[in-house]
Amino acid sequence: MEKSDAPRVVVVTGVSRFLGAQIAAQIAADPRVERVIGLDRTDPPGEYQDLLRNVELRKSDLTRHSGSTLTKLRAEAVVHLAVVSSPDATKGGRAAMKEQNVIGTMHLIAACQQTESLKRLVVRSSTAAYGASFRDPAVFTEETEARDVPRGGYARDILDIEGYVRGFRRRRPDVTATVLRFAPFAGPAAETVLLKYFAQRVVPTVLGRDPRLQFVHVDDALEVLRRSVVEDHPGTFNVAGPGVITLAQAIRRAGRISLPVLEPLLQAATQMGGVSLDQVDLFVHGRVVDTTRLVREFGFTPRSTAQAFEDFIKSHQEGALVTPSRVESFLDMIEAVRRGRA
Amino acid sequence: MDVPELRDEFDASIANGLAFLRRRLTGDYEVDDFGFDADLTEHVFHPVLRQLYRHWFRTTVDGSKNIPAEGSALIVANHSGTVALDALMLCLAVHDETEPHRFLRLLAADFVFRLPMVSELARKSGATLACNPDVDRLLHDGHLVGVFPEGYKGVGKHYSQKYKLQRFGRAGFVSVALRNRKPIIPAAIVGAEEIYPLLGNIKPLARLIGAPYFPVTPTFPWLGPLGLVPLPSKWLIRFGDPIDTTPWADQADDPAVVFNLADQVRETIQGMLGEMLKERPDPFED
Repeated sequence: MEKSDAPRVVVVTGVSRFLGAQIAAQIAADPRVERVIGLDRTDPPGEYQDLLRNVELRKSDLTRHSGSTLTKLRAEAVVHLAVVSSPDATKGGRAAMKEQNVIGTMHLIAACQQTESLKRLVVRSSTAAYGASFRDPAVFTEETEARDVPRGGYARDILDIEGYVRGFRRRRPDVTATVLRFAPFAGPAAETVLLKYFAQRVVPTVLGRDPRLQFVHVDDALEVLRRSVVEDHPGTFNVAGPGVITLAQAIRRAGRISLPVLEPLLQAATQMGGVSLDQVDLFVHGRVVDTTRLVREFGFTPRSTAQAFEDFIKSHQEGALVTPSRVESFLDMIEAVRRGRA
Repeated sequence: MDVPELRDEFDASIANGLAFLRRRLTGDYEVDDFGFDADLTEHVFHPVLRQLYRHWFRTTVDGSKNIPAEGSALIVANHSGTVALDALMLCLAVHDETEPHRFLRLLAADFVFRLPMVSELARKSGATLACNPDVDRLLHDGHLVGVFPEGYKGVGKHYSQKYKLQRFGRAGFVSVALRNRKPIIPAAIVGAEEIYPLLGNIKPLARLIGAPYFPVTPTFPWLGPLGLVPLPSKWLIRFGDPIDTTPWADQADDPAVVFNLADQVRETIQGMLGEMLKERPDPFED
């Protein structure tokens, strides 16, 4: 059921990265959409060339955006995915990440404001928007506000980004603005820092904490993004797989070994990289969101957190040591010995 | 000498243990949105607590017919005993006295979630933070929710105040029950007051570790870890008649109605405590 006609010209930022490339290609395949323009500061890697053959690629640094591109293109929908969830030491680290997330979004939103033809704005956000506190409810709905300014860089960027969208909504009430608060991605192809963490043989955790985690399957995230572009879904939505798995559960299912570390030590390790404050907070507090609004408004239920994570495990068997099947066969052996004796 | 039944029983428990181990090591168990791990609670927490419940505290329960077999309700009880063992025993009473067994979902102070280990155990055993969104969600999902409106004032009170219900604060539990149109079941616990008789509170130490109080009892901290052994008082737990809140459901924000109902609950629990203490004149009887 399409609530409104699809936009003719769609601009996707962050097209050189996985999510941007995938969604740009999906939208370009929609016959109702005439043009899809992909923006990014770097050229997409070779592997996306075939995928992006129907997407017009433009090199554009959002942090130095002139503002006239969107107007010239007569953009009707903008999908803002140029949001980085973790610093990349080879690309300027945290400073560059903040520059891209905050300043980049600011410029883009300013440009959107001036684009008369714009009908829809879709912005990638994160469940990190809820921050991390001991006084938080167990499950966050879209109305829950962060109790304190989070200490994690990504979470702070997300709050800034959502702040700009709020301002935009006030100034351009005629444009449908959709903010999607994604849970961490999982799936066979997803390559997030969090998933790379789970792909290690030994996974450091916080001693005395077994946080509740949620994931969203990348394919489901893409479907929600696609629907936000071609249908009308104003508002802010949590996008996560229903249900939870705890960190210990995730590690056991993945066949990894957990290494509990005192919280201050793990925090000290953030200075050396490899783990961010965002992640330490996630590993202390966990994060679970309510997806009732998404299911009701989009008429779409993402596959469960457990299924999404299972899909990730299937494609990452190589680092696994204590896999469920090895545990099974070991216990079967004990069982057999016991039976034999009886 | 061979006793076949005994060996069968032993065999069955080994098999159950292995099946449990298999689930735990492979991560093949369910945890709900609040972090409640029913598998771990039933197979590890409850068996350990049941030893205390049955053999140490010799707990007797009555009025369990007042706990609904299904649907949600708010169970409101008195709080005492320096550490919240009474809450855990109440959970076990609810579980063991209902058929099919039901889990009591406790509401805990934020202090509990600040501490490593404690926070993990709390969530896994079904507790969550005492806040409106969580209670509403639990009641909406059909759970039994356990509340101790006295909070720290009850659990951390001086021994001389024993079995005197403290203030109920804002009586948020009444508003919650009214808003959700759920019954309130008053519950009285006798026995917890005597396990760690609180004689003093070392405030600077409490501040140092961020705790609401640092208890001094006849045995703690003098005897070190030995002082952590609770005194073997005799426990009674009673569930009173459910209070239907639907007649006032639209008045959840009226302080007069809320305090009135809170007083009714408070007096009911205080009354039950009085009756039960008469039945148990000696705290350390068999």
